Amino acid sequence: MSLLSVRDLSVKFAMRDQTVTALNHISFDLAKGERLGIVGESGAGKSITGFALMNLLSRPGFIDSGSIHFEGEDIVQMSEAQMRTIRGNRMAMIFQDPMVTLNPVLTIGQQMVETLQAHRKLSKAEAEQIAIVKLREVYIPSPEERLGQYPHELSGGMRQRIIIAIALLLDPELIIADEPTTALDVTIQADIMELLLELCQSNKVGLILITHDLGVVSQMTERTLVMYAGRIIEAGRTREIINDPQHPYTQGLINALPQQTLPGQRLKQIPGNMPGLDAVPVGCPFAPRCQFAVDHCRTTLPELVRYGDVEVACHEVNRLHETRTEDQSA
Amino acid sequence: MLAYLVKRVFQAIAVMFAISLIGFAIQDNLGDPLRELVGQSVSEEVRQQLRDELGLNDSFMTQYLRFAGNALQGDLGTSYFFKEPALDVILKKLPATLELVMGATLIIVGLSVPLGVYTAIKPNAILSRIIMGVSIIGISIPVFLTAILMIFVFSVEYGWFPSFGRGEVVHVFGSWDTNFLSADGWMHILLPSVALASIMLPLFVRLIRAEMMEVLQSEYVKYAKAKGIRPFRIYFVHALKNTLLPVITVGGVQIGTMVAYTILTETVFQWPGMGFMFLEAVNRVDTPLIVAYLIVVGFIFVVTNTIVDLIYGLVNPTVNLARMGA
Repeated sequence: MSLLSVRDLSVKFAMRDQTVTALNHISFDLAKGERLGIVGESGAGKSITGFALMNLLSRPGFIDSGSIHFEGEDIVQMSEAQMRTIRGNRMAMIFQDPMVTLNPVLTIGQQMVETLQAHRKLSKAEAEQIAIVKLREVYIPSPEERLGQYPHELSGGMRQRIIIAIALLLDPELIIADEPTTALDVTIQADIMELLLELCQSNKVGLILITHDLGVVSQMTERTLVMYAGRIIEAGRTREIINDPQHPYTQGLINALPQQTLPGQRLKQIPGNMPGLDAVPVGCPFAPRCQFAVDHCRTTLPELVRYGDVEVACHEVNRLHETRTEDQSA
Repeated sequence: MLAYLVKRVFQAIAVMFAISLIGFAIQDNLGDPLRELVGQSVSEEVRQQLRDELGLNDSFMTQYLRFAGNALQGDLGTSYFFKEPALDVILKKLPATLELVMGATLIIVGLSVPLGVYTAIKPNAILSRIIMGVSIIGISIPVFLTAILMIFVFSVEYGWFPSFGRGEVVHVFGSWDTNFLSADGWMHILLPSVALASIMLPLFVRLIRAEMMEVLQSEYVKYAKAKGIRPFRIYFVHALKNTLLPVITVGGVQIGTMVAYTILTETVFQWPGMGFMFLEAVNRVDTPLIVAYLIVVGFIFVVTNTIVDLIYGLVNPTVNLARMGA
């Protein structure tokens, strides 16, 4: 049985005059201890997926339909009280910006102890002992002292380490990391990612890594979902997706990486912008920006179907693949 | 910390200097002190002689320095009406006013936090809408009108509460008699306290609500939810502590303002405090008493604000009082 099984999940936002769809029939699975990357541009629905998995969407967002089975139980049907026993305990989340994630008026110790006490009957001293062990695991120097400190006394990288330690406090089965390094210095980014990878591997924790950085995804994850305008457009093993992307959008993303461009050349960007949630076109949402689009693409929505080792949502995937193979052999 | 304290004390002294200067300067415009002292039957020559003796012909600066020098020794002049040192008169009236302010503060602190938090957590509940609606009415009606209406309803129509005075008070020490140690005292202080709180309470409810709603949108509240923390702890530990930081600052200023509002409340309820005394002093053109009142109220204002700023520094871990002293 897989750890997480998402089926036809749709999330909508009730705006004043209309309801827009932010996630459109998303389905995917995650095995125990597996690491999955979710990539896409801003607004593709990556973070919303993360919050939906925690059942933490704040108004006006809501889960419209679908199911999220976590170890066999459907989170969508759970009461708030049941959900609370899962959050932070069996499923933990790492937020984007460590500078605003920790409460500024509570000490590190208080914020760690309360998490432990929310899920287990522990005295303050016992909880602090566990906290110290976890802080040591994320390489926080002199963890005993940190417990008495407030977040503003620590650097961004240090705070994100503490947030990782908090995520590990109750030995969860799944960690959802929502762009955990975007707000950090480049030099620290690699450290944090390495730490996260190491801890997930050694503790056999499942990871859902939400990011726009394909480089990070290729190092960190085993499988990848590529999202566009609230849909999964390509899914499969990370290696295959990075080495041989099938969807034109994924190809565009990979070609846009600076590594794919010679010095002095312009970066290859994907023309145009992702459509807003209120103006998703009929047919393939990527069609207006796609150089391979044909009439069929503009009228009919492509389903996510198996193609070789991956799943792709593109009508023209066959033709594109053949042209590429010919180009390579020529 | 000490450096900050010293800095704040210096600032307080500067403010007190300005207040005393203003208080002293308006003195001359409140009528001729000689008329109050000797009446009209004294000849002009004697008046001039008295003026010289009292130093009223000296330059403004000389007079002010004399006034300030006396003030520093606790001498704020002698009340024309009571024929007593003005400061003594005020200090006798001070406990009644402070108890009234305390009563109102208890009501405000006791009610504004639960009401503000409730309306922030459940902004669309019917009860929240009622609270917000009533709070607008409370802010809009002037204190003296609220007070008169309350007397009309609760004292005249129903006769539940006495309409004036402090009633039976218990002597504590010095000139301090308290309302809080007898049932009759409680009955007497209730209406005036509510009247005095009637403007500040809605203000604080709205302030706490607005701050709390903003805090509830913050990342750290979302994060606390993601950690599985119970809503009660999220609201009252995570959110409320952050909510109250700006409220403390405003609260300090408002306690001072409330001392000033007591003039209206005390007058309507014939409360024998210094606000009531001040209005009588104005009617009698008791200049030294008026000036002394201004200085004492200014002093209370400055002291409460300094204390509140220190408390703020202690409550908010991101404020470093030691560094702020530099």
